[in-house]
Amino acid sequence: MEPPLIEFKDVTKRFGLRTVLERVNLQIYEGQVTTIIGLSGSGKSVLLKHIIGLLKPDEGTILFKGKPLTTMKKNEKAASLAQFSYMFQDNALFDSMTVYENIALPLRETTNLKKAEIDLRVTARMEQLELSDAANKYPSELSGGMQKRAALARALVTDPKIVLFDEPTSGQDPVRKNAILSMIAKYQRKFGFTAILVSHEIPDVYFISNRILALYDQAIVFQGTPEELENFDHPFKDEVILSLEGLREELTGLYSKRQFKVLHHVQLKQKTLGETYSVVVFTLEEMDAIITSLGHEAAQEALRSMGVYIDKHFGAIGGFSTRRHTNEFVTVLPYSDLTEVESMLKDFIDDFQEQGIRGIWAGGRKQPASEGGVEFVILAGIAQGQPVGNIDSVINSAKHQQKEIARLRCDVRR
Amino acid sequence: MALNTDSQGLSKGEARWPLVTLLTRPFAAIGRAAIRWISNLGASAVFLFLAILNIVRPKQGPKIIQQIYFIGAKSSMIIMLVGLSTGMVMGLQFYRALVKVGAEGAMGTLVALSLVREMGPMLTAIMIAARAGSAITAEIGIQRISEQIDALETMRIDPLRYLISPRIAASIISFPLLTALFDLIGMIGGYISGVLLLGANSGTYLHRVQVSMEMEDVTEGFIKAIVFAVIVSTVCCYQGYFVHMRTDSHGAKAVGLSTTSAVVLSCVLIMVADYVLTSLLI
Repeated sequence: MEPPLIEFKDVTKRFGLRTVLERVNLQIYEGQVTTIIGLSGSGKSVLLKHIIGLLKPDEGTILFKGKPLTTMKKNEKAASLAQFSYMFQDNALFDSMTVYENIALPLRETTNLKKAEIDLRVTARMEQLELSDAANKYPSELSGGMQKRAALARALVTDPKIVLFDEPTSGQDPVRKNAILSMIAKYQRKFGFTAILVSHEIPDVYFISNRILALYDQAIVFQGTPEELENFDHPFKDEVILSLEGLREELTGLYSKRQFKVLHHVQLKQKTLGETYSVVVFTLEEMDAIITSLGHEAAQEALRSMGVYIDKHFGAIGGFSTRRHTNEFVTVLPYSDLTEVESMLKDFIDDFQEQGIRGIWAGGRKQPASEGGVEFVILAGIAQGQPVGNIDSVINSAKHQQKEIARLRCDVRR
Repeated sequence: MALNTDSQGLSKGEARWPLVTLLTRPFAAIGRAAIRWISNLGASAVFLFLAILNIVRPKQGPKIIQQIYFIGAKSSMIIMLVGLSTGMVMGLQFYRALVKVGAEGAMGTLVALSLVREMGPMLTAIMIAARAGSAITAEIGIQRISEQIDALETMRIDPLRYLISPRIAASIISFPLLTALFDLIGMIGGYISGVLLLGANSGTYLHRVQVSMEMEDVTEGFIKAIVFAVIVSTVCCYQGYFVHMRTDSHGAKAVGLSTTSAVVLSCVLIMVADYVLTSLLI
C-alpha cells in the first residue's frame, strides 16, 4: 500500500485535566473518502482540528506525506497546509457577507487573481452547487441545506487537495443528509480531492466511504473498509455502532444491513431441506443523470421512494429488504417462488410509476435539463437459493441476472 | 495536583495551618489577579504590535476605508451632539464664574483651551468607545464563538491582518479628526450659550479663541487623541478576539461581558492615560 498522506503517531491532547485523545495512531490515504466515526463528544472534531493545524498535540507527531509537521520550515508547513480546506460543523459562514462574498473571500484574500477570474470561479462553483439564485442572499436567509452547500462551495473554491468535513450532515433531515453525503461523494470523484469526514451518521456514511476510522475511549480502535468493520469484534461495535445504527435505515425505512443479516439468518434457519427462497436485487440506474437533472435532494427522494415501495410490496408477503449500496437494494422472500416474484415485480413497477414517482418532484429544485423529463431506469435480478447455501452467492447470482424491468419517465408536465 | 490536595481541595500546607491560610488567602488572590493582569497586558502589547505590523500589507486599503466609515463617519453625529452640549455647558459655567471677578472676556480662552487640550480628546474617545468600541468587541466576539475566526485561519487568512489591523488603523485616523470636529463644535456651543444667550461680547470671544491657542495646544490634543485611539481599539479588539478564553462565562454571555469590560476598561484607561499625558506634555 502507498505511504499515508496523513499519519498520527501517538498523538495525545488534553484540555486541562481532561484527556480527549490518548496515543492516537491513524493513517489517511490520498484520494480516498475517510470517515472518522464515534459518539458525540468523543473528540472527533478535536482530531480533525489537529489535522488542519487549528490545535496542536500535547504529545506525539503528525506527519504529512511522511514528514512531521513540527520539523517543517515555516514556508513548507504553510505550503502543506494550503492544500487543505475545512468545512465547519456550523458552516462558519460570515453572516455579514452575501453567499457570493463568502465564497469569493479565500480567493480575494489569498490570491492575486483578477476580479474577472475570481468572478468566473465563484460563479462556476455556485452553479455546480445549485446556489446561483442565492448569490446575493445572506446566510441567515438560507435554509440549512443551502448553508451547507454555500460552506462546501467556499471550501472547494480554492481547488484544495484535501477537504475536511466536520459533521457535514448535522441537523439535516434524512433526505438532505443523504443528499449532502451524495454531493460530497460526487465532488470527491469529480475533483479527486482526499475527503476526511467526521460523522456519526451510521450507516449513511458507509455508502460513500473508502475507509472508516473508529474513535472510542480517546483512541482509534479500528481502521479499515466499511465491510471490514462488519466483522470487527470490539465493545465499540455494541456501544457505538449498534446504538447509532438503529434497526431500520433512516432514509428508506428498510432494515439496516445488520438487522437484515439477523433476519435472514433466523428465517432461513427455520426452513427445512428442499425448501427454497428467492432473492431480488434492485438497482436504480443513472443516479448521476438524475442528480444533474433534478438535484441531489430529488435523487435521494427517488431512493427513499423506491425503498418505501419495495417494502410496501414485498414486505406484505413476508419479504425483508435492505440497501446494499447507494442505489442498490436487496430483498429476501422466504416464502415466494420465482413465478410469484415475477408477478410481484410487475405490480411494484406499476405502483411506483403511478404513485411513487410523484413525490420525487417535491424534492427537485431544478427543472429537467430536457423538455421531455427524466428517465428512471430500474434493474432487477432474481435468484433462488437453498437454506443450506451461502446467501451472498445467491445475492451475487441475482445481481448477475439483473435486467431492465422499467424505464419510468418523470415528466415535468405531470 | 490531585495528590497534594484533600477532598475539599485544600493543599497539605493549607490543611495543616488553617489560620495562616486564612490570613494569606487575600494576598494570594491579589497576587493571582496581578499576574493575570500583567500577563494580559503583555499579551495586549504583542497583539497590538502584530496588528500594527500588518497594517501596511496589500489589500488593506479598502478594509481600512470601510472601518473609517464605521468608526469615524458614523460617529460624527453623536460627536457633534456631545461637542455642542459640552461647549454650551462650558459657556454657561465659565461666563457665570468669570462675571463674578469681572473677567468674562477670558471666556473664549477658557472654552478653547479646555476643549482642545482636555475635553475634546477625552470625551471623543469615551463616546467612540461607547458607540464603535462596543460594536467592535461584540462583532469580533461573535465571529470568535461562531468559529468564523477559525474559518479564516483554515483559509490561510491571518485574522489579525483581516480583522484587527484595519480597525486599529481606522481608529488612529478617525480619532484626531473626530476630536477636531468635537473641538470646533464645542467652541460654537460656547459661543451660542456665552455670546448669544448670556450676552458676552462676540468679538472678544472670537479674538480670545484665536489668540490664546498655540500650535502646541493643538498638538497635545492630537497626541492624546492618537494614544486614546490605540487604547480603545486595542482593548475592544482584544476583548472580542479572546472572548473564548474567558473563564467566567461562555458563548453569548461571554460576548456580553467582554463588551461591557471593553467599554469600562477603555474609559478607565483613557482617564489614566489622560492624566499621565497631561503631566508629561504640560
